[in-house]
Amino acid sequence: MTEANDKPEVTLKSGSALEKTYVSGQFVCTGEVGPPMESSFHHVELFGNAMKGRVDSINLTDNQTAMTRLSSWAAAVKLIQMGLEPNLQMVCRDRNRLAMQSDLLGAYALGVRNVLCLSGDHQSFGNHPGCKGVYDLDSIQLINMVKRLRDDGCFECGAECKNNPKFFIGCAENPFGDPFEFRAVRLEKKIEAGADFVQTQCILDMERFVLFMERVRERGLHKRIYISPGLMPVKSAKMARYMQHGVPGMLVSEDFCQRLEKAENGKIAALDLTVDYIKQCQQIEGVSGVHVMAVAWEEVVPLVVEKAGLLPRPFAPFADNPAPITDEIKAMWAKAKVDGYLARN
Amino acid sequence: MIVAEGKPVEKILEMVAPFKKVLIAGCRGCVTVCLTGGEKEVGILASQIRMARSKDGNPIEILEQTEERQCDAEYNAKFLENVEQVDAIVSLACGIGIQYLGEKYPATPIFPGVNTLMLGANIDVGKWEERCMACGDCVLDKTGGICPITRCSKSLLNGPCGGSQYGKCEVSTPAKEDIPCGWQLIYDRLSALGQLDKMKEIIPSKNWLRAKGPRTYVREDLTLDRS
Repeated sequence: MTEANDKPEVTLKSGSALEKTYVSGQFVCTGEVGPPMESSFHHVELFGNAMKGRVDSINLTDNQTAMTRLSSWAAAVKLIQMGLEPNLQMVCRDRNRLAMQSDLLGAYALGVRNVLCLSGDHQSFGNHPGCKGVYDLDSIQLINMVKRLRDDGCFECGAECKNNPKFFIGCAENPFGDPFEFRAVRLEKKIEAGADFVQTQCILDMERFVLFMERVRERGLHKRIYISPGLMPVKSAKMARYMQHGVPGMLVSEDFCQRLEKAENGKIAALDLTVDYIKQCQQIEGVSGVHVMAVAWEEVVPLVVEKAGLLPRPFAPFADNPAPITDEIKAMWAKAKVDGYLARN
Repeated sequence: MIVAEGKPVEKILEMVAPFKKVLIAGCRGCVTVCLTGGEKEVGILASQIRMARSKDGNPIEILEQTEERQCDAEYNAKFLENVEQVDAIVSLACGIGIQYLGEKYPATPIFPGVNTLMLGANIDVGKWEERCMACGDCVLDKTGGICPITRCSKSLLNGPCGGSQYGKCEVSTPAKEDIPCGWQLIYDRLSALGQLDKMKEIIPSKNWLRAKGPRTYVREDLTLDRS
């Protein structure tokens, strides 16, 4: 990636901290918060605060796993109010192009600068399985819509958009989905459509990810898009086994499961595994950062990030002064017996 | 063909509960081929309703008639004599036939005896699969002759989502419903045809206006000059 001192005059597309970090060539580290299934920001504040100064940007999932949750844009705005930088996830399942563009205008006007464009899990997985899936656009068409809004100043229909939103555009790609040979091609399509960065589905099988990155480099894609593999601390061996067999589009290596199964303290092992994977990712050519997606275990992100040596963050808000860990988070660490994690060798 | 399933008899009994004389109208088109609404099924349903009502001490008179098609005014005219004698009609045609027969005889209540399911093909004995959603703007030229609108659960136009694995769609549950990933099928077909380059092409957003009703279709070359 580009060295900061080589190109001091880089024109930023959005000016977000996330973009600045990628462009500077420094290793990116992002976090993620799943908004709650209630009308309260407590959860977002709690975990946002725990990640404050420790990650470059925080993803807000959009009705994750097709469950009705507090809206991702509202949670994103909450983070902005806290001085943090959100990465707004947007799925194609729940809104048509009118609603998506309308939310993009509103989110940008309220300060959101990063957007992650996704297809979304099928509605039948969620708590309203009989609802009508929208899928007016697919994720590639959504990426292109956001790009045209930014670069051409026009809506999807072609009409002019004044004060057009200038987002840093993200996408996902799943190195574990099939057909495997198409996955890098699909990423290339997303680049063509306008994606600036990609956060992959979580890596629980390093061998396969390495193979995926080979395909990516063969096509020269790592020079055209910033790549952050998703890394998930998995709470228990049982959960890892479930994901190995029960979650479509996911691969979990035998080694990954066994390291959790054989561990004396499974939770510590889960954190160690994530840190280990982060370090392995840092060695892979073409990887620009990591996305720590601690689904339903957000409180451990500060532990993982610090242990992996990713602090201090270069451009993150509050990087010089990360928020103190609150008693509520400390209690969660104690309950999971990971409170002494940073003191361990 | 249009594929339909018979409604449960209990539901149909509820619909005809207030009536003493009912016509069951069959169709010799698609619903005969998928063994849901032809002459034979009309006869079976008529017997079931008669028996159920007799058992309840509330006998009903049922007329049975099946014609070539119910999506055609000419054939629907043939039901006139029987319709004039009954309080209500139960049609075993597809949703089109039910409505079109109802339009022909607006004074007589009409009820659906089937649920119309899909535009599908008979892939095995007793098994049908959807192949077309009548979106009005066919993309089969781009996708190896396999429809992504119909066969991808999300109707994606630019390749499989992250949930495609081992050839299966993410909503596929082997125990209940085994659904192939439509985009894996497309990929395999294009691969066999030596046309994988087509997978790289970005297909732009779709004009769903052609896919949503109420739609009409007029062919000037066929319309009659009634001036």
